[in-house]
Amino acid sequence: MNQRHVNAVVVGAGAGGGIVAKELAAAGLSVVLLERGGWISFEQHDHDELFTRLQLAYGPDERHPRMAQTTPGQWRRVISSESGYSNNAACVGSGTVFYGAMGWRFMEQDFRMRTTYGVPENSTLDDWPISYADLEPFYEKAEREIGVSGDMTTNPFSPPRQRPYPMPAFPYNREGRMLKGAADRLGWHAFPIPMLRNSVPYRGRNACIGCRYCVGFACEINAKNGSHNTVIPAALATGNCELRINVMVSEVTVDERGRARGVHYFDGQDQAHWQPADLVVLAGGAIETARLLLNSKSPLFPNGAGNRHDWVGRNLQGHTYCGAEGHAAEETYDDVGAGATIAISDFNHGNPGVCGGAMLCNGFIVTPYSFTRVRPPGAARWGKAHKDFQRRYFKHRLEVHGPVQEIPLFESRVEVDPAVRDHWGIPVARMGGRRHPLVLEIARFIAAQAENWVREAGATDIWTRVPTGLQGAGGQHQAGTCRMGSDPTTSVTDRHGRVHEIDNLYISDGSLHVTNGGFNPALTIMALGYWVGHHIVQDWRGGRPR
Amino acid sequence: MNPALPASHRTAVTRRSALKLTMMGLAGTAVGAGGSAVFPWLAKGRPGPYRFFTDAEAELLVAICEQIIPRDDVGGATDAGVIHYIDRQVAAGMLREHAPTYRRGLEAFRLTCLAAHQAAFTELSTEAKTEVLRTIEAARADPAPWGEPAQDAFFRLVVDHTMQGFYGSPRHGGNRGYLSYRMLGLDYPQVLGRNKFRSLEP
Ligand SMILES: Cc1cc2nc3c(=O)[nH]c(=O)nc-3n(C[C@H](O)[C@H](O)[C@H](O)COP(=O)(O)OP(=O)(O)OC[C@H]3O[C@@H](n4cnc5c(N)ncnc54)[C@H](O)[C@@H]3O)c2cc1C
Repeated sequence: MNQRHVNAVVVGAGAGGGIVAKELAAAGLSVVLLERGGWISFEQHDHDELFTRLQLAYGPDERHPRMAQTTPGQWRRVISSESGYSNNAACVGSGTVFYGAMGWRFMEQDFRMRTTYGVPENSTLDDWPISYADLEPFYEKAEREIGVSGDMTTNPFSPPRQRPYPMPAFPYNREGRMLKGAADRLGWHAFPIPMLRNSVPYRGRNACIGCRYCVGFACEINAKNGSHNTVIPAALATGNCELRINVMVSEVTVDERGRARGVHYFDGQDQAHWQPADLVVLAGGAIETARLLLNSKSPLFPNGAGNRHDWVGRNLQGHTYCGAEGHAAEETYDDVGAGATIAISDFNHGNPGVCGGAMLCNGFIVTPYSFTRVRPPGAARWGKAHKDFQRRYFKHRLEVHGPVQEIPLFESRVEVDPAVRDHWGIPVARMGGRRHPLVLEIARFIAAQAENWVREAGATDIWTRVPTGLQGAGGQHQAGTCRMGSDPTTSVTDRHGRVHEIDNLYISDGSLHVTNGGFNPALTIMALGYWVGHHIVQDWRGGRPR
Repeated sequence: MNPALPASHRTAVTRRSALKLTMMGLAGTAVGAGGSAVFPWLAKGRPGPYRFFTDAEAELLVAICEQIIPRDDVGGATDAGVIHYIDRQVAAGMLREHAPTYRRGLEAFRLTCLAAHQAAFTELSTEAKTEVLRTIEAARADPAPWGEPAQDAFFRLVVDHTMQGFYGSPRHGGNRGYLSYRMLGLDYPQVLGRNKFRSLEP
């Protein structure tokens, strides 16, 4: 069925897509926002740990398989609840509905990794085509419009900011206070984690009440901020944006003059539709956006839209988590959520002989079933030893960890599978390649700092968590598959997120990241959403995308 | 009955506690013989009172789960109703995709035990049970009865599901009376509220 022509169609109502839709609608463009999932409400799952962990609660459902690499050159079909899928979510807001809501800015060096470290062997490490200073006003806009609580005054490594956070920081929890003392003694610079969560009532939404169930759960009182309760309602309120849910976009049409004409999609009854538009924005997340481009073949782009130089889907990154954990004699658990309160940035950069680093922070509350998976290597998983461990450690953990910045590799990539198709017959994404071996070196260095921190805070029986293998880039923090750059032969979009050679096709999600920082990525994706949105509006007013 | 259960669970002959009696072998025949009128699900011609498992399968699975989370000064898997969680979820819930795995895995487990000990698992001493489980966990048992699932994978699956039944929300059939939350000293329902939160501020 042919839909009415609009100015802009945005694919994906997650972090980046929600923001672009709102920016365009507020500027007066007619917008259709297409999302393969639906609305999620707290009532659907309550504080039910099993439902949220096992039930594909936030999507996507079984109709959306992917191929996960088992060994190089071998893949297996997986659905979103299975390991190797690299799931984020499929719903209005995507991961921002139930994420941990850490709202980090990347540091200045994170935008110029090649300049800072050189290019490690075999890697595609590079500088971004934009600087931190370029993005700073857009970070600020994200912090204000979505809502972040924070305070960087005790962090000397914080990148420069024009204005303070719009809400005060959250206080440290009991574990955080123990870690604060330890950081002071070690001469490190602890500070409260910036959170996309309300420490005070903000923009008509509640202040957080510190409940136990945060990461993995939609917020019971709407105190956690994502695109679903900020920009998407704002976009709809303009009257210029229509949100269509439970629709699966299969292809972007690019004509023989190299212009995007619109998208094909299937609705909830599997009926095919054609949505023409003056411009198209892809915001399906780093894996699905790459898949969509690769599935959009045309005479001008026989290998997929924007893929003339084989860069679409390349450089898939996530974060390599590592850390340390031990037992504290006194109770560290105070039943105040979200749990993660304290961080240091002392080891993001400037580590002698190490190519990058990570921030370190304490963790979110781990609910009882999930805690059964928290064990030192070799520990008994069952029997009385299991029970004893649960009782001894549950309220006595001292744990810190960090997301190690990965070193991009050309061979770490998203492709479309030649044979396997989803429910609608669309070739599915398959992920392959590995992580750069240097990442393990960085992880060992960071884990050693984590160990020092928890030991100084009083932990005994400490173990560290460092990945042993190199498999499996991607995950919740997937990024990098359509990097921005100034050279069209080594990147997919220009510095404004516009796909090279297709003037009216834009990207606004984690795919754009050249590198992924040593921090959780959502606030950077949001800032990029404002940045891309701003430039689309400028182009539009200049008459360009039409 | 288990003293760790709240009074309501101890006294009322709910469907659950009747099932539990059955599976513990205390009331099996009584329910089995005269129960079909009182317990209509028995009238469906199923081999036992469970939704998915046969009596024999359930008896074996209960014995395995009991080793995975044994009773000590706090109740274990049986007291928390883990078998009901797994049965319900495998029959028509979150674990339904694992139904064939359970059917084949329990049979292979039974054969493994018979071959090694010439006795049913339920009849072994605790030490012998632990030994059987360790062997299977390490994939050191004779692989002959095990095709798909592999023995170690099957054991990991049962461990994981036992944990779900012990620690998950009671609405799915396990964690009866929030037994595991009480074991961990976690309030349930949790104490929500700004008072508690504010008290942290200096
Ligand atoms: C449990 C969890 C905790 C997290 N915690 C944090 C945190 O504390 N801090 C942080 O910074 N980040 C966190 N993240 C990560 C964060 O949620 C993601 O980085 C972010 O949402 C990615 O934004 P995006 O715009 O790239 O893609 P997404 O937000 O995933 O949006 C993509 C959307 O597009 C839709 N879509 C895809 N393809 C199609 C198609 N073909 N047709 C229609 N719709 C489509 C998807 O359904 C999805 O809704 C967390 C994630 C998870 C899962």
